[in-house]
Amino acid sequence: MFPPIANPSVTDVTPRFSQKDLVRRSASTVPAPAERLTEVAKLIDVSKCIGCKACQTACIEWNDTHPEVGVNAGVYENPPDLTPDMFTLMRFSEWENPETNNLEWLIRKDGCMHCEDPGCLKACPAPGAIVQYSNGIVDFVHENCIGCGYCIKGCPFNIPRISRVDHTAYKCTLCSDRVAVGQGPACAKACPTQAIVFGTKEQMKQHAEGRITDLKSRGYANAGLYDPPGVGGTHVMYVLHHADQPELYSGLPKEPRISPLVEAWKGITKYAGLTVLGVAAGVGLLHHLVMGPNRVSDTDEENAERLVRSDRHDSA
Amino acid sequence: MTNSWTDIRNTDLVVIMGGNAAEAHPCGFKWVTEAKANRGAKLIVVDPRYTRSASVSDLYAPIRQGTDIAFLLGLINYCIENDKVQRDYVKAFTNAGYVVKQGFTYQDGLFSGYDEAKRDYDKSSWDYEIGADGFAVVDDTLANPRCVWNLLKNHVAVYTPEMVERICGTPKDKFLKVAEMVAECSSPTKAMTSMYALGWTQHSKGSQNIRAMAMLQLILGNIGVRGGGMNALRGHSNIQGLTDVGLMSNLLPGYLTLPNEKEPDLAAYMSTRGFKPLRPNQMSYWQNYRKFFVSFQKAMYGSAATPENDFAYDYLPKLDVPGYDVLRAFDMMHQGKINLYLCQGFNALQAFPNKQKITASLSKLKLLVVMDPLATETARFWENHGAHNDVDPSAIQTEVIELPSTCFAEDDGSLTNSGRWLQWHWAGGTPPGEAKRDTWIMAQIHLRLKELYRKEGGAFPDPILNLHWPYADPGDPTAEEIAQEINGRALAKVTDTADPTKVLAEAGKLLPGFAALRDDGSTSCGCWIYSGCFNEKGNNMARRDTDDPDETGAYLKWAFSWPANRRILYNRASADLNGKAWDPDRKVIEWDGAKWSGYDVPDIAPTAKPGEVGPFIMNPEGVSRLFTRGMMRDGPFPAHYEPFESPIVNPVAPNVRGNPAARVFEGDFRQFAEPASAEFPYAATSYRLTEHFHFWTKHVIVNAVMQPEFFVEISEQLAAEKGIAKDGWVRVWSKRGSVTAKAMVTKRIKPLTCDGKTVHIVGIPLHWGFTGAAKKGFGPNMLTPYVGDANIETPEYKAFLVNIEPVSGPVA
Amino acid sequence: MNIELSRRAFLQTAGAGLAGTTLGALGFGDIEAAHAAAIRAFKLANTTEARNTCPYCSVACGVILYSKGDLRKGEQAEITHIEGDTDHPTNRGTLCPKGSALLGFVKAPTRLQQPMIRKPGADKFEPTTWEDALDRIARLMKDDRDQNFVATNNDGVTVNRWITTGFLAASATTNETAFETYKVVRSTGMLVFDNQARV
Repeated sequence: MFPPIANPSVTDVTPRFSQKDLVRRSASTVPAPAERLTEVAKLIDVSKCIGCKACQTACIEWNDTHPEVGVNAGVYENPPDLTPDMFTLMRFSEWENPETNNLEWLIRKDGCMHCEDPGCLKACPAPGAIVQYSNGIVDFVHENCIGCGYCIKGCPFNIPRISRVDHTAYKCTLCSDRVAVGQGPACAKACPTQAIVFGTKEQMKQHAEGRITDLKSRGYANAGLYDPPGVGGTHVMYVLHHADQPELYSGLPKEPRISPLVEAWKGITKYAGLTVLGVAAGVGLLHHLVMGPNRVSDTDEENAERLVRSDRHDSA
Repeated sequence: MTNSWTDIRNTDLVVIMGGNAAEAHPCGFKWVTEAKANRGAKLIVVDPRYTRSASVSDLYAPIRQGTDIAFLLGLINYCIENDKVQRDYVKAFTNAGYVVKQGFTYQDGLFSGYDEAKRDYDKSSWDYEIGADGFAVVDDTLANPRCVWNLLKNHVAVYTPEMVERICGTPKDKFLKVAEMVAECSSPTKAMTSMYALGWTQHSKGSQNIRAMAMLQLILGNIGVRGGGMNALRGHSNIQGLTDVGLMSNLLPGYLTLPNEKEPDLAAYMSTRGFKPLRPNQMSYWQNYRKFFVSFQKAMYGSAATPENDFAYDYLPKLDVPGYDVLRAFDMMHQGKINLYLCQGFNALQAFPNKQKITASLSKLKLLVVMDPLATETARFWENHGAHNDVDPSAIQTEVIELPSTCFAEDDGSLTNSGRWLQWHWAGGTPPGEAKRDTWIMAQIHLRLKELYRKEGGAFPDPILNLHWPYADPGDPTAEEIAQEINGRALAKVTDTADPTKVLAEAGKLLPGFAALRDDGSTSCGCWIYSGCFNEKGNNMARRDTDDPDETGAYLKWAFSWPANRRILYNRASADLNGKAWDPDRKVIEWDGAKWSGYDVPDIAPTAKPGEVGPFIMNPEGVSRLFTRGMMRDGPFPAHYEPFESPIVNPVAPNVRGNPAARVFEGDFRQFAEPASAEFPYAATSYRLTEHFHFWTKHVIVNAVMQPEFFVEISEQLAAEKGIAKDGWVRVWSKRGSVTAKAMVTKRIKPLTCDGKTVHIVGIPLHWGFTGAAKKGFGPNMLTPYVGDANIETPEYKAFLVNIEPVSGPVA
Repeated sequence: MNIELSRRAFLQTAGAGLAGTTLGALGFGDIEAAHAAAIRAFKLANTTEARNTCPYCSVACGVILYSKGDLRKGEQAEITHIEGDTDHPTNRGTLCPKGSALLGFVKAPTRLQQPMIRKPGADKFEPTTWEDALDRIARLMKDDRDQNFVATNNDGVTVNRWITTGFLAASATTNETAFETYKVVRSTGMLVFDNQARV
């Protein structure tokens, strides 16, 4: 058995990492940390996952979120999508394997991948709203978030969601508060079958190798690790039975990468002399060029975007 | 469970059939994934639906609900035909060689002795031939045509792979793949484990479903071994404990039975419970029955139980029927024969079959008392909730008292898990409002009743006035006090029967275990199988030492496992006739020439010689039973019977409807759809979802978010046939009621071909009602039939007939 | 400093074309202060632990109850979090979707708070007291028992049974509650007695 996560201590523990360990900060620069922390990672072994949603309920309980009681929409996904109150979601896909004629129920825990090269952070125009620690955790700082939604556009995995309550963006923090005191994320602690494990990225890769060997012995010739290089690798990785076809798993992108325009935008933010106008207009332009219709379905969002567009035309 | 959750890590093959461990027991299922990951174990799932357990299986085989016996006897037939039998085990440890009396027959679906009018058997022919020496006649060569082995061979011969396909709808190639994998475990060095739950029990032949698998496991030599066994996953957290402690109409604690009215005194009662060995040298441990019984009576009635009054034998009520199970209770209530009913943490309205009958029954009570932490539907059965509870409160004259009780987080005490571990827990929170512990509530009821009888006299007040009540605060007994009472105490000095100088317990001290029990009134013990749980060493249920040498998963210093802290039942059978482990890598206990030793507590007298004393010490044979004599109501072997509501006529016994020995109340038969009914053409089944626990978690907002609303699951083919849209609404109805639900159209349910006919399956999850945080919804029990298992009366929730149609939306 | 740019202000700023102030001039270099508390304070610090087992299924996973206030010190204790107990051999700290949300059971809005009574024909519950409720239950039980107790059957055999009142025991109460319940129920001669083993 992979060593389980120890019980938390109830005494005050000094956090193991903090702002001094930042390697990236949205729309700003940070001094390089003195030394890089060991990279952490969460490994999600889809082949061991039983789709029980313990990760979802543990996530809600730990993060004190309050998703609404919805309806049944003829599927097992509940809520139907990620929300500002649901940072992780089991996605279910019924697939008939043409090679074996057997049904496979491919269940994937969706959520922030904590990219080494985080598109959300690079797209974010609000200084300090998104940060990345040297251990790989990408975290949102709500005080600094302006709720523009560009993180969603910048994310190759379509993860962050804007809250209608406080108009800031939310996503999985990799339980930064737990990791900071030497704990694993709440979902990994809860996961009944250890389909989710947490450790250093190296450990996780090693553990994945053992799992892949087991899967290959059971006839899954294309079993493999999902650690996509297009985003510099991720700090949340998957073991897939069909690593050659990640799209089977409710549309996990085969070759995720940050939009080149976000990269370009990221370049712009480096210019220290950029004015607020410049920032804002640049964002608007970027939005216009890249994003298309905003997938954040909040009316307020849409109104706000219209405002940006019309104002941009006015000022142009 | 014969084994434990943590023992599953040692298995080579897991068969999940009659259960859905990944969804219903996710953290126990962990040990399946561990066995797979670390030992290369394989997982087979046999289920009408492709479940979440199936999603991580190596092999999934579909089966029509209610046909498990045909499948399992098909596996036994395959193993016998292909010589995949652990022969030495079968010969030495089962009754394969026992010769059955002349006169025992099985024909056209019926065993000898059937009385159609009584729906019951005269079981006198279902027994062994007894020799001149008074012991059962045994043919060790298995040549006698009337020995159990040959009778079994004949009995299962009809269940060929073709017949299995015809009855179960399991494609022959899938069945044969299952059979091949299972048959491999006949090797002494391979173990298979059976994980089952309500998917097997909730049928009119539930007990025989389980027997069929137990027989297969015996034939494969998998009982008593590490990583093997029959593992009943069980439903609720302490349903094992409540059954162990005997909270059933016909039981006393520790699986002793209540007297019936043909047993007027203790001598008559004991005359049928002597359990004389059927073979020489056998332990036949029930020979100690009287010790357990007398010690129980001393725990109940203290000094009022004396040798002179047969230890207060008359204080026990005597049964006139086999049992007053819930189906009988609600049928009596329906007839107006019950006036008062008390529900302690049990949501009867939602949980019992044919909800209309339950509502009508509760409406005839004078008083209903509900003790519960939550606002249950049962306490509100008289409240109108539109279609979800369509009643007229003014027409219901039942008085209802609802008492708030604490939950697990607010009390101390022990629960017994399905692996027989008694685990202590500690309160961590203050109860809400005026909520009270159940122990306080029951004490208060007793003390009031006692006071009324003391003041007023009345009908036979003696057992109430003399009930032993030794608690420091009589109005509020503590969990520790009661736990000690359950464990038992020496009332006088108890010495070793073989060596009177050796004191086992001084007067007043807690007993070390059940071996110290006596039948002369010198010991008291609430539940003999739990003795040892709280002795002079302390509260053994509270032990938290995780030491597990060699990582066997036994955890002998964690909590207390009944009986006697034993972790694997029948573990003597893990070794061969000479006492050597069948599989050296799977050693549990071995005979060292003088005694049994190993890491587990031996399930045999420590000095019982291996060649002489059989491993199944509770049986008078000393061996296990492939043929059960007269112990089951519906036959000494399992046989395939269709559910009472079935989409086809029974292919092996066309004239038999349902289980011929199952009890059906008058009126209920009329409410069954005909076999192969055109009016109700679809085979429905009910089940749990992993997001919810029974009717509790719909009160939990987070779980309500995870599965907010009632739905039914159907195949893409049935949806197309009936014009049902994914995410559309449907009405589903049976001969007893109707529900409206969201439709979940899925590839995970597929039509089956049974007896040449296409059978569509309609899946109906259980968890909704009209109280709590989730959306109001119906449940399967609007539709389910009112009939139980022939032996233990578990209702047939898993197989019934319905019809279905698309509707535009819910009717308010 | 923290850059207090609300979403709307930001958008409006862009739209209005306000110019002339660079981010640098806004003090953007003040990185330290801008690092608002991204990492939440660990919420279990200074809570009290109690070892328990999950009340749902029969796997009986170990759980830890975390509370503000300590029952063992005679304090009021409010449970604030529940998590799997890693020391437990069966679940090793893991919990299923029900167990992970146990706090919501303890604190369910539909937890009962006080005894209630519904009179015949009424369409609602009314509050009552424990004293009144228990007195009423005992009174009705005694009256029914006295009226319907069967001391001997038709053959004159002593049977001492009471079958006009029934008791349904639960599935998640402790063994200690179970045994005490057994004593109280059986001592009355009640035979209509069952538990939730079957459903």
